[in-house]
Amino acid sequence: MALTNEHIKQRLIEKFDTQVSSFEEPYGMLTFEAPKDMNLKVLNFLYDDAELKFRFMTDLTAVHYPDQPGRELAVVYHLHNLEDNIRIRFKVFTDINKPDVYTATALFSAANWMERETYDFYGVNFIGHPNLKRILNVDEMDYFPLRKQYPLEDQSRVDKDDEMFGRGGTLGFGTEKTQHGTITEMEKNDVGDEIV
Amino acid sequence: MSEQHIKLPEGSIEKTTTTLNLGPTHPATHGVMQNILELDGERIVSAEQTIGYIHRAFEKIAERRNLYQITPLTDRLNYCSSPINNMGWHLTCEKLLGVKTPKRVDYLRVIIMELSRISDHLICNSIVGVDSGAYTGFLYVMQYRELIYEIYEEICGSRLTTNIGRIGGFERNFNDIAFTKIRKFLDEYPRVLKEFENLFTRNRIFMERTIGAGAISADRALNYGFTGPNLRAAGVDYDVRIHSPYSSYEDFQFEIPVGTTGDCYDRFLVRNQEMWQSLSIIEQAFRKVQEFKGAEAEVYHADVPEYYLPEKKDVYTKMEALIWHFKIIMGEIDMPAGEVYNSVEGANGELGFYLISDGGRAPYRLHFRRPCFIYYQAYEELTRGAMLSDAIIVMSSLNLIAGEMDA
Repeated sequence: MALTNEHIKQRLIEKFDTQVSSFEEPYGMLTFEAPKDMNLKVLNFLYDDAELKFRFMTDLTAVHYPDQPGRELAVVYHLHNLEDNIRIRFKVFTDINKPDVYTATALFSAANWMERETYDFYGVNFIGHPNLKRILNVDEMDYFPLRKQYPLEDQSRVDKDDEMFGRGGTLGFGTEKTQHGTITEMEKNDVGDEIV
Repeated sequence: MSEQHIKLPEGSIEKTTTTLNLGPTHPATHGVMQNILELDGERIVSAEQTIGYIHRAFEKIAERRNLYQITPLTDRLNYCSSPINNMGWHLTCEKLLGVKTPKRVDYLRVIIMELSRISDHLICNSIVGVDSGAYTGFLYVMQYRELIYEIYEEICGSRLTTNIGRIGGFERNFNDIAFTKIRKFLDEYPRVLKEFENLFTRNRIFMERTIGAGAISADRALNYGFTGPNLRAAGVDYDVRIHSPYSSYEDFQFEIPVGTTGDCYDRFLVRNQEMWQSLSIIEQAFRKVQEFKGAEAEVYHADVPEYYLPEKKDVYTKMEALIWHFKIIMGEIDMPAGEVYNSVEGANGELGFYLISDGGRAPYRLHFRRPCFIYYQAYEELTRGAMLSDAIIVMSSLNLIAGEMDA
């Protein structure tokens, strides 16, 4: 019998009662959450259970929700049961001031770098990780760049000389010009008029 | 200089191993990545990988871009098979937006995806040849990668970073030259691939270099999150095209080749077999596309004006197209809020897109599941105890693409 989302949900509720919550099925994928200190228990159950057999970790990442005090960071696991070919998504939420989550490296070797990446970009501290250091960014970096408080560069900034890239400056590459560039041109013209 | 003048740093006498930096710009690494190898003679004791040299923060950049502006970012993941990444991204958007594409579009996409799978595999396999000392095969198949790039060029105008297609279909219909070139490829490539196989498959030197090198068991491969040809070489028949068919792959007949030992030789054989399977899929798709006649043969995109960027000549001549063009470019169309994971069978594994939309014009969060980022961490286990020269073959046969690893 192939597994169904409904059945997985029942099994989880039988085992963990009210501790697993927020069951949803966005675009057909069963999604649920658990308290963060339960993450290994849930992952272990999903892995070991003779019926569920979620033994392939497809993906691990984090999402930052600055508007949810106390649960700003979500660590998201995508698991796959290759035999029955069904995927689920499992989330744990954590406080951004104390982003400690147990590591899944003992269960999945694949989690090693994915957790390092998650630490690198979101600062999630995976307790028990064998080598938790930055992986894509430089070691000296002192912030976690994918958090929402770090906006991308403002396209209309003026302190940067990127004339050669078609933005701002006086060369004016047609449509590439920013609003700032246009205003400067207008101001120049105004000044010119006054002199005349 | 007499011996007493040599001052060795303290403790270095006890060290019996040699440290060797392989990379970041070593010709054998085929990309910017560094391996710090600890060598005992020529045996590898341990390896530590450093990656991220070409990290470009795509996930952050994507948080401020429209959906159609993210396609060029996906080009630069696995740049040996950009069209697969592009299609994967379009399919993810279509899943989020609920767009249903016509069959002809699906088949055209299949042709493009399988062509790029061939181009990726032939590069990877011929590079394995180069690293084991056989340059001929590489030069020989390169002509046919060129032909594949010419086909891309006919369809989208560019060759390497293709930015091919749009949400809902293609930017224009395939022209006759494209079809002629695809036909030419289908007619000529089998002979070349056969000859390529003859050069390697039973070549004594090649076999001795690759059999047993970098072997991994199916269990370990699964635990390490291997996907694609690397997992199949270890004997697991997992293929996204079969397990969760997308773009009408269910309409095609093909087999999933699997290996047994998961070593470099099996990976090579699996890739070669996959090229044959891809050829057969393209042949089938080509025939299916030819069956569309009349008005049906002109269908190359879904009818979704809210998301499909209209053709430029329509923008200049038709009011409606101009309005939609404006709305899409200015970001006036919000996407539905939702959370979607979609994956395609990339040339080196399962390429996944995890997209969270909060209903705005840009994704709230976009995460790429990059297959080679995930399986490269097994490299230390694969090479421990092996010879230095094996380490190089293992690296090339894993098909590591720095662009994808570093995103």
